[in-house]
Amino acid sequence: MTTTSPPQPGELSLPARPGWPDETGHFGIFGGRFVPEALIAALDELTEAYEAMRVDPAFLEEFARLQRDYTGRPSPVTEVPKFAEHCGGARVLLKREDLNHTGSHKINNVLGQALLTKRIGKSRVIAETGAGQHGVATATAAALMGLSCTVYMGEEDTRRQALNVARMRLLGAEVIPVTTGSRTLKDAINEAFRDWVTNVETTNYVFGTVAGPHPFPAMVRDFQRVIGDEARVQVLEREGRLPDAVLACVGGGSNAIGIFTAFVPDDGVRLIGFEAGGDGVETGRHAATITGGTPGVLHGARSYLLQDDNGQTIESHSISAGLDYPGVGPEHSYLNDIGRAEYRPITDAEAMEAFALLCRTEGIIPAIESAHALAGAMKLGREVGPGALLLVNLSGRGDKDVETASAWFELGEEAAPTDEDDRAVEVGRGADPGPGLDTDQQPTEGAVSNDGAVAGPEAGETA
Amino acid sequence: MSGLAERIAAAKAEGRAALIGYLPVGYPDVDASIEAMVAMVEAGADAIEIGVPYSDPGIDGPVIQEAVDVAVRAGVGMRDVLKAVEAVSGAGAVAVVMSYWNPIERYGVERFATDLAAAGGAGAITPDLIPDEAGEWIAASDRAGLDRVFLVAPSSTDARLRSTTAASRGFVYVASTMGVTGARDTVSDAARTLVDRTREARPDIALCVGLGVSNGAQAAELAAFADGVIVGSAYVREMLEGRGADGVRALTADLAAGVRRAGVPA
Repeated sequence: MTTTSPPQPGELSLPARPGWPDETGHFGIFGGRFVPEALIAALDELTEAYEAMRVDPAFLEEFARLQRDYTGRPSPVTEVPKFAEHCGGARVLLKREDLNHTGSHKINNVLGQALLTKRIGKSRVIAETGAGQHGVATATAAALMGLSCTVYMGEEDTRRQALNVARMRLLGAEVIPVTTGSRTLKDAINEAFRDWVTNVETTNYVFGTVAGPHPFPAMVRDFQRVIGDEARVQVLEREGRLPDAVLACVGGGSNAIGIFTAFVPDDGVRLIGFEAGGDGVETGRHAATITGGTPGVLHGARSYLLQDDNGQTIESHSISAGLDYPGVGPEHSYLNDIGRAEYRPITDAEAMEAFALLCRTEGIIPAIESAHALAGAMKLGREVGPGALLLVNLSGRGDKDVETASAWFELGEEAAPTDEDDRAVEVGRGADPGPGLDTDQQPTEGAVSNDGAVAGPEAGETA
Repeated sequence: MSGLAERIAAAKAEGRAALIGYLPVGYPDVDASIEAMVAMVEAGADAIEIGVPYSDPGIDGPVIQEAVDVAVRAGVGMRDVLKAVEAVSGAGAVAVVMSYWNPIERYGVERFATDLAAAGGAGAITPDLIPDEAGEWIAASDRAGLDRVFLVAPSSTDARLRSTTAASRGFVYVASTMGVTGARDTVSDAARTLVDRTREARPDIALCVGLGVSNGAQAAELAAFADGVIVGSAYVREMLEGRGADGVRALTADLAAGVRRAGVPA
């Protein structure tokens, strides 16, 4: 399954880090620490322990071993020619983070932070989660390393992502639905910070993205950069050249930073982050923070954010729970402002079209988050034309999203025929297949109709 | 001399601790919140912390968040806050704004300092702004002659106690327990320890203790060693439970008696 041999003990070397952030966690005007004084000691402790750990050969060896034997790294690179037919003739390579254990890139970061938790002698981890991928990854690492685990998740998201709630509970984590504010990721982060400030003596906050106060943006980047470090070597090995562009979806931005970092010094490689455009940036119902936001302070750092004239955070909107966040990591704000990376919005409809297309053309069900990057490849490919080589980070798999996708494409109960007599004709399909699906595709004879499947919410509760 | 320091020193001259009460602007609405703040002043509070509503109040517990959410949804902003500042200082108390950093940054740091001073405000308490990140605010508050109150916590190292108190003017907010705002049955022994440590770091600035104080007995206990006692969630609860200005007045009377009681040295 692996395409290159894992690093051997003694061969471990640290790739060069970007020249940012500075010692106090600033990426230009972005980043920093905007937190209550009560948390400063814990952040200092984390920073100090992390700086010691990241160059400790024993840690590097254990981290590499876990990535290889537990996560299944390196993740492969897959070319997707049939999907690429819809990308203006560009060639498309996918970095397959969806094949990692737990189903997304989130595990990369969590294993590092769980090792750090043990190193500083704490026995409990807390985490926030939106789509549930970071929560599942944290619950997984906690189970592996014998840590107790509490995950905060917006009540709204626990409904959208019931499967992941069940997974976390199976893994032994406590999942607390958050009912304050907009009941989504931003409020889950607020609750996690409240827990941390109260229980900081025993508890480490395993932050899920490249946002938050220093040292989280730099530390999470360092744990995620393996994506780009691997991909750069893999693309060079198979193509003898670098890609023309590297594409990733951006919510908080950890998978994007993960794949961008190795390519930042490669001036000829475009780095493009695709934000959740929701119903369209012009409607105001979106989560495109850099495209549609302004610099401000949220969740411990200065970065672009969606805010009103009073400095109140505006609730974001996206079909993708993992991108439904009104902030973004400070390094992305910095890369945008210095012109090294570009950020563009992708609407729900565009993302779902790309989602369906990858399923049908390549037999890969992507996470809806990652589908935003795929939609970006479709657009960019048409712009840059034939021959371009695009590397797309497929940050997660879409198992968690089947319910959302079924509703979007009307594959579920709503579309089921009500008249018994029609059933033979319309086996499990409504009249309109919804955007992105072919009307001429016929159901396989003898296939189980959608009526026979267990409804999502029930499945979640019984799991 | 700073407005806050002067008022706290005057209380000390009377042999008591100062009483500082908090309410957010805009719950249940702007006028009613200002009325309650004025009631606080009339019933004996020395200074009022005028809270700026914020959508993501990370250091506040559920009581304050519930009230503030209402104000945020109603679109209450800095203009309403400045109106409250004028009312409170007009009623004879020291007005100090309590704000998370983003509403101030969004309003414009320089503009905030200028407008706050013009409204008669003494300064601002910034719970999520540490002096390390406060360069612009330190410069602006210096220019406008405003107090700036930073927080210290039980987890603060001695070095941080020194740097944070050195950057503060008016008083230092001693956050007595690790955790969010909210009334507690017992005010932690950690408060005393932290006050002592902070005083050692900087003996010449007033130390006011907050987080968890809800009644006169607790206020008396703290008044034995602190220069001022800060009460927040207990006031907000009066408002949430519909007792309004009358409830606020009664609570203030209890607390004001507490800070005047010859506190039994703990």
